[in-house]
Amino acid sequence: MIEVRELTKVYNKQFALRNLELSIEPGKCLCILGPNGAGKSTFMRILATLSRPNKGDILFEGESIFSEPAVFRKKIGLIGHATFLYPELTAGENLKFYATLYQIPDAQQRIDDLLQTVGLMHRKDDRVRTFSRGMQQRLAIARAILNDPEHLFLDEPYTGLDQSASQLLTDRIIELKSAHRTIVLITHNLQQGYQLADKIVIFKDGRVADEAVTSAISESDFQQRYLAITSGGVN
Amino acid sequence: MLVFCLLVVVIFSFTFDPGSTYAKEAAPGILWVAFTFSGMLGLNRTFSQEVDTGSIHGVLLAPLDHGAIYLGKMIGSFVFMFLVELITLPAIIVFFDLNLENHYLQLFTIILLATIGFVSVGTLFSAMTVHTKTRELMLPILLFPVMIPVIISAVNATSSILNLEEWERIFGWIRILLAFDIVFITVSYLTFGYVVEE
Repeated sequence: MIEVRELTKVYNKQFALRNLELSIEPGKCLCILGPNGAGKSTFMRILATLSRPNKGDILFEGESIFSEPAVFRKKIGLIGHATFLYPELTAGENLKFYATLYQIPDAQQRIDDLLQTVGLMHRKDDRVRTFSRGMQQRLAIARAILNDPEHLFLDEPYTGLDQSASQLLTDRIIELKSAHRTIVLITHNLQQGYQLADKIVIFKDGRVADEAVTSAISESDFQQRYLAITSGGVN
Repeated sequence: MLVFCLLVVVIFSFTFDPGSTYAKEAAPGILWVAFTFSGMLGLNRTFSQEVDTGSIHGVLLAPLDHGAIYLGKMIGSFVFMFLVELITLPAIIVFFDLNLENHYLQLFTIILLATIGFVSVGTLFSAMTVHTKTRELMLPILLFPVMIPVIISAVNATSSILNLEEWERIFGWIRILLAFDIVFITVSYLTFGYVVEE
């Protein structure tokens, strides 16, 4: 269980997060929706230990993730706006570099399996700078799940993906869900989020404005609630 | 870095008569101007490419102490800068007609310690300034004032070596460089995590 307690982040006197309270159940998929500037990406950066809150904490199994961040980082994978890949290295070299950082045993086999899965085995020895945005994002998916993470965090991962790459990503998320991995997904696509998530939360002004369990509400009802909040009805 | 360093040495060599007293007096300063300014070029690139492509976050996400990333970056910067210095040193000896006699080991030690001091602070400051718009300007403005003890020690020690002074006098500067290295590597190692986390 990941528990978010009174999380506050301030940038230049502007609150990105205000006393955010949230719980993320293990093995479930949580989808975070919200307008631009709601604090979604800031929350994701703090959750991935790339940033520290000004106040509050995130607890994993009762322990602060900031007390031993390297231990928590070993269990997570992150797909963000950027691919985190080195353009001058080949696809294989990129994955090998990250496999070394994560000390993955039998790395070569794992790399080949993942390249096969994301459909890039034939481009293994090509430099990443020669890849299209969609291909880079597919390789980023392989990078993010290289360490077989317990928790996968996805920050608008569908941005710039073509149809086949989107389907590939959706398939991977469903596969990880069935393997009882915890998934936190940030998206602007309510329909996609609703279909994948067990629970949806709506961020607004750095707070949780609304939340719902997807099995307890229809997509159209939730969409109405979402529109009411994002159009300014609820604060 | 190497081309810049050699150019500085060659350009300054036109100003002085090789082997003259003036050349001997100016050589330590020219040597360290060449080393520090070319080192600055390297330090500016320590994080810039990874920040521009976003791959720095991939490294920061790895299950490592961020201090280990600092050490890796520092060692990388050191290797490049030290190689440039090793190649440049014979050039300055030839162009300025310097006589080191058997003081090569002392000069090697000074260059080694001063370079470690330079990259230890430089790597930390490079991480601090890489997110600023004027990073290539900000790094020298921030770094050089902090580097004053290293530059003064290195220049004076090099001057003592070229004047074939006694070991005791040179050792005083070495102790300052050694203390600087120990303090700043420790401080930088401990604070690097806070610098790279927003």
